[in-house]
Amino acid sequence: MHTSQLIAEVLRVLAAGLLLISFAMLSGRRTQQLITLFAWQGGLLFVSTCLVAYSSGLTEMYYSAALTLLLKVIALPWILNRLIKRLGAQWDSEQLVNVPTTMLVGLVLVIFAFGLAQPISSMATTITRHTLGIALAVILLAFLMMITRRKAVTQVIGFLAMENGLFLAATSATYGMPMVIELGIALDLLVGVFILGIFFFQIREQFDSLDLHNLESLKED
Amino acid sequence: MEILIVLGLPLLGAALLALFGARRFAAELNAGMSLATLIAASSLVVRVIRYGPMLFGHEQFFVDPFNVFLVALTAFVGFTTALFSRPYMRIEEHHGRLNPRRLRLYHSMYQLFIFAMLLALLTNNMGLLWVAMEAATLSTVLLVSLYRTRASLEAAWKYFILCGVGIAQALFGTILLYFAAEKTLGREGMTALLWTHLNAVKGQLEPRVLGLAFVFLLVGYGTKVGLAPLHNWLPDAHAEGPTPVSAVLSGLLLNVALYAVIRCKVLVEGSIGHLLPGRMLMTFGLLSAVLGAFFIWRQRDIKRLFGYSSIEHMGIITFAFGLGGPVANFAALLHMTVHSLTKSAIFFTAGHASQTAGTQQMDGIRGLVGISPPIGWGLMLGSLAILGMPPFGVFASEFLILTTAMREHPWTTPFLLIALAVAFAGIFSRVQPMVFGESDAPPLPHSPALLPVFVHLAMVLTLGVYMPAALAEWYRAAARLIG
Repeated sequence: MHTSQLIAEVLRVLAAGLLLISFAMLSGRRTQQLITLFAWQGGLLFVSTCLVAYSSGLTEMYYSAALTLLLKVIALPWILNRLIKRLGAQWDSEQLVNVPTTMLVGLVLVIFAFGLAQPISSMATTITRHTLGIALAVILLAFLMMITRRKAVTQVIGFLAMENGLFLAATSATYGMPMVIELGIALDLLVGVFILGIFFFQIREQFDSLDLHNLESLKED
Repeated sequence: MEILIVLGLPLLGAALLALFGARRFAAELNAGMSLATLIAASSLVVRVIRYGPMLFGHEQFFVDPFNVFLVALTAFVGFTTALFSRPYMRIEEHHGRLNPRRLRLYHSMYQLFIFAMLLALLTNNMGLLWVAMEAATLSTVLLVSLYRTRASLEAAWKYFILCGVGIAQALFGTILLYFAAEKTLGREGMTALLWTHLNAVKGQLEPRVLGLAFVFLLVGYGTKVGLAPLHNWLPDAHAEGPTPVSAVLSGLLLNVALYAVIRCKVLVEGSIGHLLPGRMLMTFGLLSAVLGAFFIWRQRDIKRLFGYSSIEHMGIITFAFGLGGPVANFAALLHMTVHSLTKSAIFFTAGHASQTAGTQQMDGIRGLVGISPPIGWGLMLGSLAILGMPPFGVFASEFLILTTAMREHPWTTPFLLIALAVAFAGIFSRVQPMVFGESDAPPLPHSPALLPVFVHLAMVLTLGVYMPAALAEWYRAAARLIG
């Protein structure tokens, strides 16, 4: 009983860490830094999934933890780093507009997420049920990041961070989806990043930059 | 077994075309694989008609009246589009817009896309449905940017990001669905995501969770249906990608995404009743129909014009599903079929029309009847069909939807009528000068394949004047299933 309380406590701390990283991403300026943050987020997810697997005794959770480690801590950050190196974009920084306002909007989103998740998490029986609100908050913050940023690479990192939130939601509400589905999701994610890699080169070839301001000529007319 | 063949053939086709897609015979191979898929799908249909619904592969796949007709439609339009793409892509290559390497990518991804859609339709697993929908997006992103022009890259980026974000919402919805189902069905045996199992216990699922899940699922898959206000990607992707891709996006992908929404709706309605899901579908549907119709007026590009028309029609179909009941569902299913056939036929002719004129701008396209009567008349008849002129099938389904709406929710009729009238005036006034009038453009270097256009239009016409009893029975069974 005592250990399970301890684990629940640690899990909450880890989830809080994930939320903090989301906020850090929201204000992160350099692409390299964002990739590191993304890898850290994956690392925290890995640790928390392992803990949930230990406390629930579900072996398939270990597999999904291993998948997280492989994909989100090692493979995706590595691919992204290589990509920006080859694009020569690793020291790119972007002008952020109105960081304080973005942060305030982020705070409102967190409160909204907690309110929305409250009735559901009270129904859940999992050890991690209290983190469902955090998961939803991570999703919404990643969404906010995608809206406020104008660089292609940054938007993709936002997209991947959103998937981290979804993964957290799946583990906190239900101890994860069935393994087949998780493999499918991971495959889609990996293929998606590969396609984006090709895409970045196409965009740069055409526009000489990865700034999405260039991609605004198709208007509603 | 038939299910495995139906899924295996396009996958095999994708692999073969990845190897040989740059050869001269690639277009024929593409059409051949699509024909094989169509034959396999037809034998599946025959089997389902004879023996009724079936489950396969540890219940992971299933066929019932609702998805079998979409499988048949997908395989059919997949085949006719492959036929159309053969001369179309040759002409594009002749014009120097494509090279063999890109054609290889195109052919291989085309088959993969058909595979992803068939998988989404045939799977019984709501999680796998999500995976397949995402795969369908991924396989078409590089097709939309096939020409590598600035505009096409922008369209593909928009398509990827918007649909990616949308589909992430759908994943959250799926997680919530699983959460609710797990309590009733348990984790063991992995039945908690199987639609047939969920459908059996839908009355016991927690209503609050399912209500929230439906909001996410509708927004998520609705983005792919092109429902306003989440439709921004649709006209760009339709206009900037190669025409065969526009035809399958409009004719097939939108249907498959709507299919996913309706599958979810059936489950959610069993738990929380008809009111909330029905009203949400009606609202989104009406908004899309009206917005789509008004945006038609502002278009200058022929493919964008018909892209907005797709938004309008998907809105009407979504609205009809929202009305619910046997008649409206029947009409919605019929409209899905005729819209898919008509719209792909229109894109075929619009593609050749812009190749003839050398531009997609409607101001530059003139006198199609003079240059090539089949293209001109195909575009004219297709437009009349999509605008709901009798005796085409679109008229029948729209008439049914309108009368049902009048009876059950009279306040919605003016909106629907306005949408239909505005779209009519908008499209007809643009198509008329393109078809008739004077032009001195030279004919195309390869003769276009317009047989698919007239086959599609003939089918739409047939559905309008006489519906075979077997088909009607089929629609009725599907409509009952949807409830």
